[in-house]
Amino acid sequence: MKRNSKQPLEIVIPIKMKDFKAGGDGAARIKQVLQKIGFPPDIIRRVAIAAYEAEMNIVINSLGGEIKATVSTDVITIIARDYGPGIPDIELAMQEGYSTAPREIQEMGFGAGMGLPNIRRCADRMTVESKQGQGTTITIEIYNR
Amino acid sequence: MKLSEIARQLDLQVLAGEKELEREVSSGYCSDLLSDFMANGPARCLWLTLQTHINVVAVALLVGAAGVVITGGRQVAPEVCRKAEAEGLPLLATKYCTYEVAGQLYNLLQGEK
Repeated sequence: MKRNSKQPLEIVIPIKMKDFKAGGDGAARIKQVLQKIGFPPDIIRRVAIAAYEAEMNIVINSLGGEIKATVSTDVITIIARDYGPGIPDIELAMQEGYSTAPREIQEMGFGAGMGLPNIRRCADRMTVESKQGQGTTITIEIYNR
Repeated sequence: MKLSEIARQLDLQVLAGEKELEREVSSGYCSDLLSDFMANGPARCLWLTLQTHINVVAVALLVGAAGVVITGGRQVAPEVCRKAEAEGLPLLATKYCTYEVAGQLYNLLQGEK
């Protein structure tokens, strides 16, 4: 891989609540950047899945937020931050199959309770911080090795 | 096998991405859950689904699917076709249900080996 500079590259994408039309655009942009730089396909895939799930979580469940990807040669960090309402029970939310998405969202093929578990599988490190009424921040690290 | 050949043999209607039909299809995957396809759909596969909304295009592109087949004769909105066309993603449709299309596709791809 080319190392153009030691400065990590930062991509910030604002995400609007319930904006299904733009849902996935953020992950697509991050994927494009990684492809241009020349990261291995399996790393790009893991980042794309994690970014997509984090992005759709904001679209479906929050009042809006942003996705920030920081890209360096060794590690790709994605920070997904939203403005609320927060996750009451993070342990429960991390369980495969658990979802609070309403039926009409589930009928679209979302809200299967796979989002956070998918992120966990793709990430080398993942933290979820949430405060009710304030919002949720998910930090995902994927190492390039 | 090329997507164009699959489309011909399975009598699939091409809704978008006609210019990209010479792609090779590696395998198939059936799912109506976007997260499942995202996690488990192989690159260059043909994705069979009955979901028709615009996010299907985004997910197919992220996974690197060869194309999407909307099964069960479901109507696809023009904006979804336009998005697929703009992104160069083959979007196909059939009146047959996922089970029938998957069975035929499986036979076609296995027959190649």
